[in-house]
Amino acid sequence: MSAADGVTGGLLASELRLIVTRRRNIVGLTVLCVLPIVLGVVMRVYGPTGDGPPFLAGLTGNGLFLVLATLAVEMTVFLPMAVCILAGDTVAGEAGLGTLRYLLVVPVSRRRLLAVKFAALLIAAAIGVVAVATTAGVTGVALFGAGDLVTLSGGALGFWPALGRVALIAGYVTACLAAVAAIGLFASTLTEQPVGAAVGAFGWLVVDQVLGGIGAVDWLHPFLLSTYWSDWAGLLRDPVDVTGVLGGLISPAVYTVVFATAAWARFTTADVTS
Amino acid sequence: MTTGARRPVSGRRAVRTTGLSKTYGKAPPAVDDLDLEVPEGAVMGFLGPNGSGKTTTIRMLLGLIEPSRGRVELLGEPMPGGAAQVLPKVGALVEGPAFHPYLSGRDNLRRLDAADRSTGRADRDARISLALDRVGLLKAARKTYRAYSLGMKQRLALAAALLRPRDLLVLDEPTNGLDPQGTREVRSLIADLAADGTTVLLSTHLLSEVSQVCSHVAVMHRGGLKAQGALADLAARAGRRVRVDSPEPAAAAGALTALGLAEVVTDGTGATAEPGETPPEKIIASVVTAGVPVVGFRVHAPGLEELFLGLTGEGFDVSG
Repeated sequence: MSAADGVTGGLLASELRLIVTRRRNIVGLTVLCVLPIVLGVVMRVYGPTGDGPPFLAGLTGNGLFLVLATLAVEMTVFLPMAVCILAGDTVAGEAGLGTLRYLLVVPVSRRRLLAVKFAALLIAAAIGVVAVATTAGVTGVALFGAGDLVTLSGGALGFWPALGRVALIAGYVTACLAAVAAIGLFASTLTEQPVGAAVGAFGWLVVDQVLGGIGAVDWLHPFLLSTYWSDWAGLLRDPVDVTGVLGGLISPAVYTVVFATAAWARFTTADVTS
Repeated sequence: MTTGARRPVSGRRAVRTTGLSKTYGKAPPAVDDLDLEVPEGAVMGFLGPNGSGKTTTIRMLLGLIEPSRGRVELLGEPMPGGAAQVLPKVGALVEGPAFHPYLSGRDNLRRLDAADRSTGRADRDARISLALDRVGLLKAARKTYRAYSLGMKQRLALAAALLRPRDLLVLDEPTNGLDPQGTREVRSLIADLAADGTTVLLSTHLLSEVSQVCSHVAVMHRGGLKAQGALADLAARAGRRVRVDSPEPAAAAGALTALGLAEVVTDGTGATAEPGETPPEKIIASVVTAGVPVVGFRVHAPGLEELFLGLTGEGFDVSG
């Protein structure tokens, strides 16, 4: 038992253990972490080219740029997809197995179950981001060294301040993923098939990104989630500029509140016939 | 083996539903105006053809499904409002076992116990071992659930219902998938629990199970309750017939009719009738007094199967 049995501690610990010990999730996390290694090795061998992912040009001097490049690449598909898959498991997974009815008659109140599931999901998303960022950071430093990081303002940051900036960016990305988690949580209350919930939530994100790429609907762009996913450039300025990040956090906050509320409204009233 | 005979049944109700109904869309109600009462201390057999509404009723009792109309009280508390207080005292097996396939049997029980705010962590492993031991699963506790046979899965679900002392057990077909030995063990376990005072609501298809372990019975049919009460009372009331063997069947029939008995029928060797509340000894005396030559007298009580068929009119077919 890693956590004490407090108000929901026992269940949360059980929930996290269920997520981190599942073989599928371990394999998935490994795949997420292989990407920065591949990216780093390719850049080391062939050198950064102009048409690659953003921030790769900065790699020559500081390995931490590999973290930024990795997060930018993985936020397009891999990290949101991983969160959608885990979110699909939350309620639909238990319903599909039939374990939902046994948890509810323990009893676990539906509100508490949903809160614990969402908390575990957020922790899992954070674990994913930290694992990916750490792998990228270690790979980057090993291949490109730990020299000064050239900021977007043209100045230079030492390794440790630069690491702080990168950690802030990882936190911002995790906050964006919280909105994805809330959408997935809601989808998971609509069905008894975890895959269906995951596909539904991810489909929403694809539409979000496609619309974000169409200039004709630029009036819609401020309301899309993915519009803000790479708004962390201000954190690389000197002195640090947080206006972009703070503005960018409004979107995931609103999405999280709306979809978590929808999940609560749905789950606390639905008949459990699974 | 009837448990009801050796235990007093109190006047309080472990389960009480009032006008309980569940309707889905325009279909006929799945459960219609159900007034179910399970006396405290009883082992009540919950019978009914497939699709008669038993499972929907059980799900409403446990707060999984919201009733369209009517009320549910479990152990004196209204459901689903009192779920947090009352459900820790209720062990349930609903529509078969369901656990996480990649966890071991023991880890599955740990998860359920960790979710239960009414139990402590200190004695968790001891209680889990005790529950596993009671269902004979201790040796297979470390196997993953995926590797369990159907009977082992069923036993694990029973162990989950026994993780802490319960006042009420709601068991939906607990011997499903068990071999004859396992069936015997589980029935004996239910009898032991009942002897300790636990009320049991036992949904089953097996009439032999009812006659072996149940003190009470409730019969559902097409969403409604056809009958409920002590098994002995129900059997006595429903379809019991007396038979007078006589060389003069017409005279025998006349004497039975004169006594006010219903459904008097004659055949070549005597007459039969429904005794109703009239005691058999009085019938014999009256028939003899009337001068009818009597060569034999029997009271025929119907078996549980006849009783069930008489109540539902369709045996085990699926309710439409």
